[in-house]
Amino acid sequence: MEEIIISTLQRTMIAGTPLLLATTGEIICERSGILNLGVEGVMSVGAVVAFIITMTTGQPWLGVLAAMVAGMTISIIHAFASITLRANQVVSGLALTMIGLGLSGMLGKPYVGRPLAIKMNDFAIPYLSNIPYIGKIFFFQSPFFYLAIFLALASWFILERTRLGIQIRATGENPKAAEAQGVNVFSIRYFSVIIGGGFSALAGAHLSISYSKSWIEGMTAGRGWIAIALTIFALWNPGRAIWAAFLFGGIFVVQYLMQPLGISPNFLSMMPYIATLLILLLISLKDPKKLNAPAMLAAPYNRTER
Amino acid sequence: MIKITTSDRYNITPLRSMMTNVLSLAAGLLVISIIFLIAGVNPLYAISQIFYGSFGSIYGLKETLTKAIPLILIGTGLTLAFRAKFWNIGAEGQLLMGAIFSTWTGLTFGNSLPPYLIVPLMFLAGFIGGALWGIIPAILKIKYSINEVISTLMLNYICAEFLTMLIVGPWKGSTRFGFPGTDNLPQAAILGVIPGSRIHYSTLILALVCAIILWVVIYKTRFGYEARIIGENPEAARYAGINFFKTSLILMAISGGLAGFAGVGEIAGIHHYLGYPASVSSGYGFTAIIVAWLAKLNPLYAIISGIFFAGILVGGDAIQISLGLPAATVQIVNGTLLVCLIMGDYFLKNKINLRLSNK
Repeated sequence: MEEIIISTLQRTMIAGTPLLLATTGEIICERSGILNLGVEGVMSVGAVVAFIITMTTGQPWLGVLAAMVAGMTISIIHAFASITLRANQVVSGLALTMIGLGLSGMLGKPYVGRPLAIKMNDFAIPYLSNIPYIGKIFFFQSPFFYLAIFLALASWFILERTRLGIQIRATGENPKAAEAQGVNVFSIRYFSVIIGGGFSALAGAHLSISYSKSWIEGMTAGRGWIAIALTIFALWNPGRAIWAAFLFGGIFVVQYLMQPLGISPNFLSMMPYIATLLILLLISLKDPKKLNAPAMLAAPYNRTER
Repeated sequence: MIKITTSDRYNITPLRSMMTNVLSLAAGLLVISIIFLIAGVNPLYAISQIFYGSFGSIYGLKETLTKAIPLILIGTGLTLAFRAKFWNIGAEGQLLMGAIFSTWTGLTFGNSLPPYLIVPLMFLAGFIGGALWGIIPAILKIKYSINEVISTLMLNYICAEFLTMLIVGPWKGSTRFGFPGTDNLPQAAILGVIPGSRIHYSTLILALVCAIILWVVIYKTRFGYEARIIGENPEAARYAGINFFKTSLILMAISGGLAGFAGVGEIAGIHHYLGYPASVSSGYGFTAIIVAWLAKLNPLYAIISGIFFAGILVGGDAIQISLGLPAATVQIVNGTLLVCLIMGDYFLKNKINLRLSNK
């Protein structure tokens, strides 16, 4: 029993990791006022690029780096369309998802079903990993897990406690006022979208070179969309995103635990998606006013309209 | 130095609007050529193969028209939803729900009713299925302020799993030798096709009629006017006392219902049984988003853009075989064209002024 609980919690952390990475990225992006629905596509590109580079070079960290560069590059499409050309952000984000899914399918075709010989190994933190129970759950994990926690905390700190964070938030709340204060709204938004893309790509890299060690088309399985929902659930706060992501990681894992009980596997696969709707319903029922989305989220900013 | 300034363009003529679309698509094809080039494929050959495969032969034309049926139906419904800025990304799920409802109707009553009763009944059931799946996000959005992009997408996944659950479980047909899928529909429930093709003409006619009706609804009725006001100026809509809840419910029932019709067509016209979600619909719900966008949210234009994108789907299949490109190529083509279309809108709405300055 004890072992089941420990392994469940351990797997919860692994399953929550990509959600946390992508959610943190989307929070930064949305805080600057840009809604990016391209997360699913960028994640897929991250997954396939990390996989290909890791397989061909045998260097997982090189794969991670390449995935980030690819994710940031492809995000520029959305940044250019929605910031410079003031296009509809919903449609532009969807287009980015289509392109991302398409590119990953095209690039990854020769690699389907090929197992990864060298993967990203789990890393035991000295001393801490020896603590009974907790050590195994939190301190003997994939490097992506530590990275995700670190990036979430760092993002929280940057957003809430630094000058750059104030600039990002001001850009999302009131770009006109921000610009009057000397903030370059365009650069801040470009920066936020591109960083967000990098985070999403990291999430994808985790899936292909650490979580499953192989690549198949559609392996992101809607995690990008769940991350967008978690952004709302976390009330645009990377600190809260940590809890939100691991709660959902738990839901992914519970699916497998319940399979032996004779429940239809298809019904269990529905759970993360149903849970997403329920969670959104719950926060809405609790206090709709607490949903303080960035005021200018998804509103294009026109510099000449002054 | 050249100074670039922009100013709003007020005189947007239909001709300019159409030319912008054509130029945007041309730009899109240019970008796609570059992608093909990087992938090591001769772009001129690949693109000509796409259009030759879809519009260059009688067989291609037949297939294009077959695939245009669901795209026109869904795209038409999306023009209405998008007019009200209701981002229905869930047409795929609504299509599947329509397929589920109509399959049940066909299997249950198909043996006891004549074709002229069972076919309309199946279309009705499909419409209801799609509409029910469509109004859930409308309720969630208006009553609980849940973003419809998220809810419609989640409902896609839920519906696909639900369908799979049915066909591997309680609905598994006795004639399938243990493979997932329902039994075939009775003969009376199967739609007629134009001989020598897969064009189920009754759904095609239905699609064209729906497009015309929806054009009237959007431009000539009070309901259509209200939907447009909600999209263009929600503040004004609120002051004018427009009932957001009622309007959203109706427009999502229509949008979902038309996707449900598409589901009926795919089941009763093409497959004749309910199989895996990916075989029932090859992403029509997503492609239709671009169909609606290219149509500038006008249902009548959605007929043309539906046929155009059906051509890209068919041509995409053709180059998969002739050039060995993966199925995902079509998604890159679609996504790139969509990006170019929305970028083109910028040049439609803004005048670009180039001025030489001395600085």
